[in-house]
Amino acid sequence: MALLELDNIHSYYGHIHALKGISLTVDEGEVVTLIGANGAGKSTTLRTISGLVRARHGKVMLQGKDITHMPPHEIVTAGVGHVPEGRGIFPRLTVRENLEMGAFTILDKAEIGRRMERVFVLFPRLKERISQKGGTLSGGEQQMLATARGLMLKPHILLMDEPSMGLAPVLVEAIFDVIKELNSTEGTTILLVEQNALMALKYSARAYVLETGSIVLSGPSAEIAQNPQVKKAYLGG
Amino acid sequence: MRRIYESTVLRELLRPLGQIAIFVTATGAIFSVAMLLLALLFRGSAADRLLQENNHINIFAFTLTNLPQVLVDGVTLGFVYAAIALGYTMVYGVLEFINFAHSEIFAIGAFVGVEVLIALEGAGQLSSIPIWLAYVFLALAVIAGMAAAGGMAMLVEATAYRPLRNAPRLVPLISAIGVSFFLQDAIRFTESITTGQFHRIIPTFGNFDQRVSLVKLPLAGVVTDINIQIKSIVVIAAAVLMLVGLNYLVNATKVGKAIRAVAQDRPTASLMGINVNLIISLTFLVGGALGGAAGVLYALKFTRIDPFVGFFPGIKAFTAAVLGGIGNLTGALLGGIVLGMLESFAGAYLSAFTMGAAGAEYKDILAFAILILVLIFRPSGLLGEQVGQKA
Repeated sequence: MALLELDNIHSYYGHIHALKGISLTVDEGEVVTLIGANGAGKSTTLRTISGLVRARHGKVMLQGKDITHMPPHEIVTAGVGHVPEGRGIFPRLTVRENLEMGAFTILDKAEIGRRMERVFVLFPRLKERISQKGGTLSGGEQQMLATARGLMLKPHILLMDEPSMGLAPVLVEAIFDVIKELNSTEGTTILLVEQNALMALKYSARAYVLETGSIVLSGPSAEIAQNPQVKKAYLGG
Repeated sequence: MRRIYESTVLRELLRPLGQIAIFVTATGAIFSVAMLLLALLFRGSAADRLLQENNHINIFAFTLTNLPQVLVDGVTLGFVYAAIALGYTMVYGVLEFINFAHSEIFAIGAFVGVEVLIALEGAGQLSSIPIWLAYVFLALAVIAGMAAAGGMAMLVEATAYRPLRNAPRLVPLISAIGVSFFLQDAIRFTESITTGQFHRIIPTFGNFDQRVSLVKLPLAGVVTDINIQIKSIVVIAAAVLMLVGLNYLVNATKVGKAIRAVAQDRPTASLMGINVNLIISLTFLVGGALGGAAGVLYALKFTRIDPFVGFFPGIKAFTAAVLGGIGNLTGALLGGIVLGMLESFAGAYLSAFTMGAAGAEYKDILAFAILILVLIFRPSGLLGEQVGQKA
């Protein structure tokens, strides 16, 4: 049984038919990526999984349980973390408070402290900035904070939307290293949406290619990276 | 770690007290100096001559001798406005929407509190009771008013605003005005079928009407006894307690952080596992309870209430919230104190300075002139930054 399964999902933004029958699976412990052009429906797919966008048809299953009609906060409690597009840092909460919000569903204060220490091991920079307001961080630090905040929950599956957006190349590499580390040492399952298809394919096991709301291609990332059409459209060659 | 945590708690309790002290002192000092300078300018004017003729006092001495009482009244009124303004500003913070029904939430608090006291009086519980019991009964009335107002605010949100959450911004605003009229008439209807009259008067009990002499000051050659009504002290103390409590709730508790998170970014807050609807309900509950408590305190201070009692305090508290910077909790406190002070000064001096041409009843013009000027020249208010502003 797949950890996460989307079965023929149709979603709309107003009258715009954004997802036209998306079906995909993510297995326990995998890193799976969604690639595609702007407006292909990558973010909408993640937003539908976490309940921010309501699927009009189809089902989202988490560990065999139907979560399609759950409100977003219950989906989070069920174990889906979501690092949203544009980072979604709370600008006037401090770094510490932002992280505490990530662990909102955890009641045990000592456990929150342990998790905070754990993300500080991954992102030592955040510890230096702990009392600073989120809005005063640099873009790279905000991305670290967004990722760290997603990890405070210790989700079964982490949905990451454009973690490399707007970052300097050296930071992009660092973020992807963290993704790899999370997956290999902690076994966190990751569903990744990326514009930077080259990096995404390099760091993931499997990939789905989206075009205007439909999946046009799927398979192991190494194969996808060799596909001539994908090369032409997304890999600059 | 533990030490840091405890000092945070202490800081969140002391910081608002410091802010309150600074705001009250600064506002009081600025208004006093401005008023005394104005009085000096008016020396020898027709207004001065008229005062000397009728009251045998020059205008400067008149201003100075009245000043302490005016300041005390201004602070009392200011805290009532601040408590109401916090309700507007909290709701604006999370929803970016002006809850125009908040003035009626205030009125409901006032009515429930007063009815509790009237019921106690009817049962013969209010006469010849020890002082401490009077305070217990008053606390009971305030708590009842808070519960009723907070509950009503939640109910209004769930029925009149939540279904319109994704509608254009003007739509919930119109709904709020509708709710405001509905509640006014609901109060009037309930009161007239149960009691046969619209207005109610708070029973006289305890020692709230007595005055305590603070100090005797020789002002302008006259020894002036500066005193304060006990109910004014009660109003100030209760308001300060609520303001400190609210500050603690918002800044130092998990629920408060969730309220701020929802205010700053609602979709992301839901991705943290925060039940956004619950937090919005809670915001209405807290804002409504503060408004309800302000209603009971207002009734204690001004004794008579009617179904429209919320309108003026409500719209002035709204002015206070805008003046301080809507969405900003500290701003609502500052705005409330400034508005209360302004009204108290205008009420006391307008008549003498205009030789009776514009009496104390014109004091409201100043409050609304401020609203218009702030909206034109500094829409973000005195303290600028907004809690609910989108990044």
